[in-house]
Amino acid sequence: MIELTGITKTYQMGDIEVHALQGVDLTIEDGEFVAIMGPSGSGKSTLMNMIGCLDVPTSGSYQLDGIEVAGMSDDALTIIRNRKLGFVFQSFNLLPRLSALEQVEVPLVYQQAPNRKARAKAALTRVGLGERTHHKPTELSGGQQQRVAIARALVTEPSLILADEPTGALDSRSTTEIIALFEELNAAGITVVFVTHEPEVAAHTKRQVHIRDGRVVVDTLRGINIQPSEEDQTTWRPRRDEATP
Amino acid sequence: MIGESFKIALRALWANKLRTCLTMLGILIGVGAVIALLAIGQGATASVSERFSFLGTNVIYIRPGSQNTGGISAGGGSAPTLVYDDAELIAEPGAAPAVAAVAPVRQTFGQVVLQGANTLTRIVGTTPSWTDVRSFRVVRGEFFDNEAVEAVAAVAVIGDGVARNLFADEDPIGQTVRVNAGGQSVNIRIIGVLEKKGGTGFQNQDDQIVVPISLVLRKLQAARNATGAQQLSEIDVKAVDDKSIDAAVEQVTQIMTQAHKGAQDFQVVNLQDQIDAQKEASKTLTILLGAIAGISLVVGGIGIMNIMIVSVTERTREIGIRKAVGARRKDILMQFMMEAVVVSLLGGLLGVVSGVGMSEFAEGKQLNGQAITTVVEPSSIILAFTISAAIGLFFGIYPASRAARLNPIEALRYE
Repeated sequence: MIELTGITKTYQMGDIEVHALQGVDLTIEDGEFVAIMGPSGSGKSTLMNMIGCLDVPTSGSYQLDGIEVAGMSDDALTIIRNRKLGFVFQSFNLLPRLSALEQVEVPLVYQQAPNRKARAKAALTRVGLGERTHHKPTELSGGQQQRVAIARALVTEPSLILADEPTGALDSRSTTEIIALFEELNAAGITVVFVTHEPEVAAHTKRQVHIRDGRVVVDTLRGINIQPSEEDQTTWRPRRDEATP
Repeated sequence: MIGESFKIALRALWANKLRTCLTMLGILIGVGAVIALLAIGQGATASVSERFSFLGTNVIYIRPGSQNTGGISAGGGSAPTLVYDDAELIAEPGAAPAVAAVAPVRQTFGQVVLQGANTLTRIVGTTPSWTDVRSFRVVRGEFFDNEAVEAVAAVAVIGDGVARNLFADEDPIGQTVRVNAGGQSVNIRIIGVLEKKGGTGFQNQDDQIVVPISLVLRKLQAARNATGAQQLSEIDVKAVDDKSIDAAVEQVTQIMTQAHKGAQDFQVVNLQDQIDAQKEASKTLTILLGAIAGISLVVGGIGIMNIMIVSVTERTREIGIRKAVGARRKDILMQFMMEAVVVSLLGGLLGVVSGVGMSEFAEGKQLNGQAITTVVEPSSIILAFTISAAIGLFFGIYPASRAARLNPIEALRYE
């Protein structure tokens, strides 16, 4: 379970202080399927990095499965990322030169886990790439690369998968496939949270959280809807029936 | 984890083959130079020991003082001040406890004639203890004994070179040669041949014949000893061991001073001092050569650091990805340290091979008319190898820790 309370994040960019997050409260229960939306610069990626333990808040509390994460050391956060989370990036972020199988093995290598090859192979099969284990990133399509990245996120059997615009660099067919894959994983009990620009993609989720100027302005589950701007109304069309079960 | 880091490092190095090879070359040249130059320096030290070894170990020499005629020195050894009795005094039991053996020596040059063949050689008159003092072995026949000295026996033990010159393959033992020296002519029977020792020029230890000292003093040089004093060329003294050389010098000096009534008309030469000084000089040379080579090793190390910094910058994104999926600081540190150490150790290994090769190549080559001798000590290989590993660690640690401290978010954003 994710519990964010009063999370703020301030960056120093030269002389200017950038308040990326200005007091975010957000709770995500186990097994949820959540889309985080918002215009560029709204702070949604910062929020995502925070949830993914890649970044630490300036203030506020972040409890992941009841453990306070804010203020943890670099290495402690790394261990949490490695054991509890799977992170999927817009630009795939695969390592150059490694085969698909080796990419997926990387998190297990750092865990010093046994049966790495078999587990990596199983994860690749789960994302439908069981036959392309020896291909390098350059030999795979964008959709396939993102599947490898998802397999890498899955291989440690995390309870939470986070994705920062996972379909942002994909064509519509691959997008559909990747979203279907996320739905499948969520159906298997994994909490899935992702950032997206695209309302059609967000429409597949059960809950949408809208960020603007570093604050949660819309949360379909909690019934929050603070001053939705015109842009929000035109670009965001939630499916009411799914959003409020 | 070390095994994994090693695999990752090898992979990264393989991916940049040219860069890896050039970095390695820096270390290779450094280590190779250290080994080759140390080998030359240590070869010089070894040849000093070798050059002096035929003179015997723990030996001190007593020479006559210099003769002064109207304030003009004729040089050390020219004054007729050293006599047979001096040697007897030193050899007297209990007189000089630090002295193991004493050999009075009177030497001259003369012609040795055998039928048609003849050779000009050094004639050394001494006593049987000479073999002990100078560490000479008789390989054929035997050395003359004290009775022969007292009886002024006309017998000789000849050096290996003289035996070759006069007798070629014939057995010289029992043959009689005619020796012309100091205007005298004596028939001498050969009773032994000395072992081959080598040496160069007038120091050639194989070009001499050794006879009882009485034969030289009373027959060959009799005319020149008109005063009746039995003058010696030198007295060779062997100390009990290398630790008692200084004590021996002191005791001998005291006995001589007393015998000569305070006159400083003799010199005591500690050969070991001279050998040590020469060895010291060549050791200094070795250190100097090693230091120069060491500089190139440091330059090679800076090359490693340079490349590692570039490599870390280039792979910032990779570091970000690895950290994002679970690489701790020490994992990243290990990965880059491993790269640096693998490059430096591999370079070091090839450097050892090329250094030994260069030493082999230099062996026997002429430099300023002197043959170079090289000695590759195992210690210098271990030293060079250890230093190259240390260089890998030292010059790798900064770039690697820079990589390890990277913030994953910033690293992932790096283009």
